[in-house]
Formats: sequence, structure tokens, C-alpha cells
Amino acid sequence: MAFCLNFPLFLIVLCLISSVVSSVLPARAARIWSLGLSAVSTAANAVLFRYAARTNTAVTYLMGHYPHPWGNELRIGPLEALFSAFFSLVLFLCLLGGRRQLAVKVAPQKQHYYYVMADLVQAALLALVYTNDLFTGYVFIEICTLSSCGLLMIRETGRTILASVRYMIFSLIGSGLFLLGVILLYSITGHLLMPNLKESIGLLWSTGQYHLPLLSSICLICIGLAVKSGLFPFHLWMADTYGAAIPASSGILSGLVSKAYIFFLLKVIFDVFGVDVFYACGIHRLLYVMGAAGIIAGSVGALRENNIFRMIAFSSAAQIGYIYMGIGLSPTVGIEAALFQILAHAVTKPALFLSAGHLSDAAGRSKRFHDLQGAGYKDPFAGVAFTLAAFSMIGLPFTMGFISKYLFGMAALDGSHAKMVPTLLVLAVSTVLNTLYFARTVLRLYNKPQADDYERVRIPAHLSYVTAGIVFMAVNLLLGTLSRPLLDLLLQGVRLF
Amino acid sequence: MKKRTFKEWLKQWDQGEFDLDRGEAEALHYRPETQEKDDDSWAHRPVRGLREGEYTLFVKVYPFAALLLASVMIFFFMRTVAELPPFASACTPANQSEVIRRYIENGLTETGAVNIVAGVILDYRAFDTLGESHVLFTAATAVFILMLAGEAEPEDKRTRRILEADTVLSVTARVLFPLIVMFGFYVILCGHLGPGGGFSGGAVIGGGLILCSMAFGPERISRLINMKTYRGVVLCALLFYSIAKCYSFYCGAHHLETVFSPGTPGMIFSAGLILPLNIAVGLVVACTMYGFYSLFTRGTV
Repeated sequence: MAFCLNFPLFLIVLCLISSVVSSVLPARAARIWSLGLSAVSTAANAVLFRYAARTNTAVTYLMGHYPHPWGNELRIGPLEALFSAFFSLVLFLCLLGGRRQLAVKVAPQKQHYYYVMADLVQAALLALVYTNDLFTGYVFIEICTLSSCGLLMIRETGRTILASVRYMIFSLIGSGLFLLGVILLYSITGHLLMPNLKESIGLLWSTGQYHLPLLSSICLICIGLAVKSGLFPFHLWMADTYGAAIPASSGILSGLVSKAYIFFLLKVIFDVFGVDVFYACGIHRLLYVMGAAGIIAGSVGALRENNIFRMIAFSSAAQIGYIYMGIGLSPTVGIEAALFQILAHAVTKPALFLSAGHLSDAAGRSKRFHDLQGAGYKDPFAGVAFTLAAFSMIGLPFTMGFISKYLFGMAALDGSHAKMVPTLLVLAVSTVLNTLYFARTVLRLYNKPQADDYERVRIPAHLSYVTAGIVFMAVNLLLGTLSRPLLDLLLQGVRLF
Repeated sequence: MKKRTFKEWLKQWDQGEFDLDRGEAEALHYRPETQEKDDDSWAHRPVRGLREGEYTLFVKVYPFAALLLASVMIFFFMRTVAELPPFASACTPANQSEVIRRYIENGLTETGAVNIVAGVILDYRAFDTLGESHVLFTAATAVFILMLAGEAEPEDKRTRRILEADTVLSVTARVLFPLIVMFGFYVILCGHLGPGGGFSGGAVIGGGLILCSMAFGPERISRLINMKTYRGVVLCALLFYSIAKCYSFYCGAHHLETVFSPGTPGMIFSAGLILPLNIAVGLVVACTMYGFYSLFTRGTV
């Protein structure tokens, strides 16, 4: 066995250990530790990805002395390694770029807890991506939920507390539904490990035994994870949550946590239900309709918004809608588009949140559009980063957003005729709406205010934020222009999923 | 509110006049602190878009809609449950699967634990339990973030006086505290030999500590457990847990023998890692229980 196959185990345990150690360290040391951890995790997962893509295999890794169906297992394939590396990289950049906002907005004696929570989120992300066991997935969903709440409420304004209570209620409803689904599956199959579950479910589906419990559990698991990732009509918590948190937390929550739930859902679809059963039982149609509705509802919500953070949050709801629409479209091209959209959104949304944080600081700590007038001149770098990310959201060429919209269009043309017209229509309408609200924001940023007391103050750039912003932009442009290799790797990964 | 034309709406939207009254916004602010301008956005409540008439309609319709949804869901869940395999019957898929058979038949020889549950959660499916004990740690840290005040808030004096004057409480605590703690340790230490284990034993000890703190005041118990010991104990227990399990997972994945052997089932020092892990989990659970109580009453441990 190649040594790099041990990396997932080491990394998950290392993240758990780091979180415990960080709770007794001073804030500065905890920050350096946490940043180092996510950097190491990015590098290790990248090495593992290279290995897995070269050997073109997916390996199961025993967590203990007992193989499935008795003991816990991890499953290591190219797709898992790619997404872990990507998630770790984005986490690193969020923590790096959000550093200054964190220092300003979080009480000094509590700052080290932020990194405790960030380490726990990372452990949960890795475990959700790598697990081969449905119940392990549930345990780490719990860790993910609780630590996301911690990341939210650490900024102790009344509004943040209210937002995190709301987030927690929705998130726990989602976990509860998921758990009910797992319980139903266990009682009709007697298994918790993914390979055995898939085998038993295939058998039950073909014989027609326990048909209703099987259907209910598929529905419960899908809806539970959809609630947690914010699919329409459960998207309204997003605006409060992302609007009230500090930018780094908004970036982590929208770019990583909700994406990890969706990745886990894809894993469950492929490894537990099996693609055939999932697409035969019809729940993908519900996901498709809700995804399409979410795109429109999120865009309209963003258009009505008057607070830049809440606008970006509503746009997140629309992007989540794209992913679910892709899942609903077709098991091959649709899934590929959804996977690419996960990556594109994970790069773009944190960049938007981080730059919006800096722009609102430049505008006298106001998040309202009215005060943001001309903020792009006061903080030039944040203005550029925001503009580029907004272009990617709209889907201009040379950005990842373009490629993902292109893939959705291709998936629509490839699939059934019934879905082709609505998909293309939704894509067109949402692109127009996206353009409306993002162009309006960008124009505001570069529109000089008429007031006489306007001073041309330049906010000094912060090295950590600039570094993070440059990496975000570089990844976005690189993967937006040279997307073919990435798409090939995604296809290869889906085949091994 | 009169109906707006689209142009007016666009203008208002642009100028940010969607906000509620400033006074109304501040009334909702239950925790004033160094506020920034952006917290004007309090006004962006989700009900913002509703006019007065619509709001009362919403309040009227909401309970009925909720009732309807709940009834529909209850109906479907009842249908589902009716089709499930019968509870506690020998012929259900869960009871017939090879998983259960191996746990019951080989559990004693493979893990060395007489208590099959301990064998399953700390050996067969140990990764889940590793996550589960970190769920506790996460919850405790989240409560720390929420409740930890800068310095210890003195406990409410009136409550304190009432509790101190309570002879029944103090005498009962004096008699019961050693018994409770002893029982808790018994449950932890014999978790692999009979019903019990780290989670239940830790909860018993935590309950004993809470009783003690209520009866004798937090000052006296802080000689036993304070912020420093709390952190130290949780740190050591979880570090030991993670490292020990990492070693055992690593050995398992590479098909190596670990240095921990199952030993003779039924002896106190048997079942390999299960006993030390139970102790670690028990300490974490006891500290977390007491920590929650202390944080919610005084704002510190």
C-alpha cells in the first residue's frame, strides 16, 4: 500500500488534535497552527490526488481491524482527493484573507476559539468527503453543524446570535431528517457501510420488498441534506446567516460547508442508493424543480436586497439551485456540471465575501449600497477582486462561472426534451438577473459620490488579504481558461465514484 | 402603505429606504455593544416585505398551514412505519444480517469485552465514537464562545443564600456525593465487563459535581475543578484518545498486530484499548457536564 493512502486518516486525526490543542493556545499561535494545518492538508491531498489519478483506482482504507460490513472505512478515490485538496485550499485562503476582519470584530479573549472551530470544520469536511460509512457521515455532519454555529456566533452582536439560532434550527431539522433516513435504511437492510447498503438496496428495489420505507428513506436523506445546504424553499436562512457573520465565516459556510453536504449527497447517491435506483425513483425531479425555482427565487431575492452581504447570500441560494438542477438533469453530464459548479462556487463566493468585507470597511463600515458608492476607489484591490468574482458569477468568458454555465447548457441539450426548454430558459433568465444585480453593485463601487465631503482616502492594502485575493483570482482565471484537464479529471473521478 | 410604482420602488431601493424605523430597529436589539453602522441592517427582517394586512393574514394562516403539513407528514410516516419489519422480531433484516452475528458470536474473542456494546462502539466502529466524543468537545467550545464572560460573574446572591440555607440539600449532598462519584467511576471502569462505559459513567460523575457545586458553592468545588484543570483534563483525554485510536487504525489498515491484546475476557485489565478509552471518554463527559452547568450559572468554569 502506498504511503500516501494514509494521509486521509492522518489528516482527520491531525485536525481533531489541532482543534483540541488550539483551545489552550493563545490566538496568534492558534492562527498559525490552523493556517499551517490547512496548507499541509492541501499539499497532502494534492499528492494523494496525483497518486489516485495516475493509478486510476479507488481504494478502501480500513479504520481498524475489521473490513466492511463490520468496521468503519474510508474510501479514497481521485474525486475525493481533488475535492479535499480544493476545500482545504479555500479554507486556508478564507482564514488568511479574513484575518483582519476577525481581529476587528471578535473579542480578543475569544479569537482562539475561532481557530478551534475552523479546525473542527476542516476535520468534518475531510471526513464527509472520504467516509465510506453512512453513520460516520452523520457524526461528522453533527460536528460540521455545531462548529459552523460557533464560527457564526463568535461575533457577538444581537443579530448574529439570532442568525445562528435560526441557522441551527434549520441545520438540526436537516440532520434530523437525515438521521431518520439512515435509521429506516438500517432497519430494512441491516447495514451502515456504503458498499453493503448499495448491494442490499439494489436487491430490495428489484424485488419490490419494503418499497415504501426505501422510498421514504431516499426522500428523507435527500431533503435533509438539501435543507442543510439551503435549497429552495429552505434558502431564507442564508441571507441572515451570511449577512451577519464575519466575512471569513460567511465564506467558509457558503463556499465549503454547504458544498460538503452536497458532495456527501452525491456520494450517497452513487455509493448508497446507486445511480439506477436514485434516478428510477423520481426524487431527482423534485430536486430539479426546486433547484430551478431556487435559481429564480435567489436571484429575485438578491435583486431586492439593499445590503451587500445579504445580496451575495441570496446569490448563493441561486448557485446552490444550479447544483441541484444539475443533479436533477442527468446522472452523467448533469453531475459533471454540478461538480464543476461546486468548485466554481467554492472559489468565487468566499472571494466575494472577503472583498465585500473590505469594501464595507472602506465605506465606513456600512454594508448598504448607498454608502458603498465609490468604495472601489478607496480600496482598489478589493474593488478589483470583487469585480472579477462578480464577472465569474455572471458567467463572463475566461472565468469558472462561464464554464459552469456552458456545462449546464450542454447538459440541458444532452438530456431529455422535457427538461431542455425549462433549463435553458432558467439559465437565460438567471443570467440576466445575475447581471442586473452584480452590474449594479460594480457600477456603484466605481461611481464617485457627489457629496462635497467626499475625501479620496486610500485604505492601505493588507498583505494577507491581498495574497488570498490574488490566489482566488488566479485559480478562477486559470480553471476558467484551461478547464479541459479539470473536466477530464472530474469525468474520470465520476466513473470511479 | 400605498402602492409604489416601479420607478419609485427602484429609487427607494437605490437609496436604501427599505429599512424600518430606526427606533423599531433598536427595540429589537437585545444586546447593545460597540455597534457599527452595518447593524442598521437589523431592519432587514424576513417579514420586511409584508404589509400590515398581509402580516395579520400570515399570523392567522400560519398555524393551520403548519397543522396541515404536520398531518400530511404524520400520515406518510405512519404508512412507512406500518411497512417496516416488525420490532424486536428475530427475522428482521437487521437481526439476520452477518453484521450482528459476528458482533455477538466473535465479539468476546475479538475485542475481549464482555459488554458487546462497548466492543462495538470502541473497537468495531471506533471511528464513529472518536467523532462522537469530539461532538461533545465542539458543543462545549460553542457554549464557551457563547457564555464565557471576561471574568467570573458572581452567582445570583439570592439563589446562593437560599441554597446555603437548605439543610436538606447540603446534608444530602454530603452523604450522596462520595457515593455518586464512586458509582460513576465503577460504571466507567467496568464498562467493558457489564452495562456502562465512558458516556454513562461520565454523566454520573458530572451530575455529582453539579450537586456538589449547588450545595457547597462554586468556590469550594473550584479547588477540585477550575478552568485550568478543566482544560488540562479535556486536552489530555482527547489527545490520548485521538493518538491511541490513530495508532490502532493505522495498524488495522496495514494488517499489523497492535500492542494492545484482548487479554482474558472478564478481568479488569482486559479488552485492550477499551478500558483506557472509556476512562478518557468518561473524563471528557464529566468535565463537559459540569462545565455546561458552571458556564450557564456563572459564565466561567
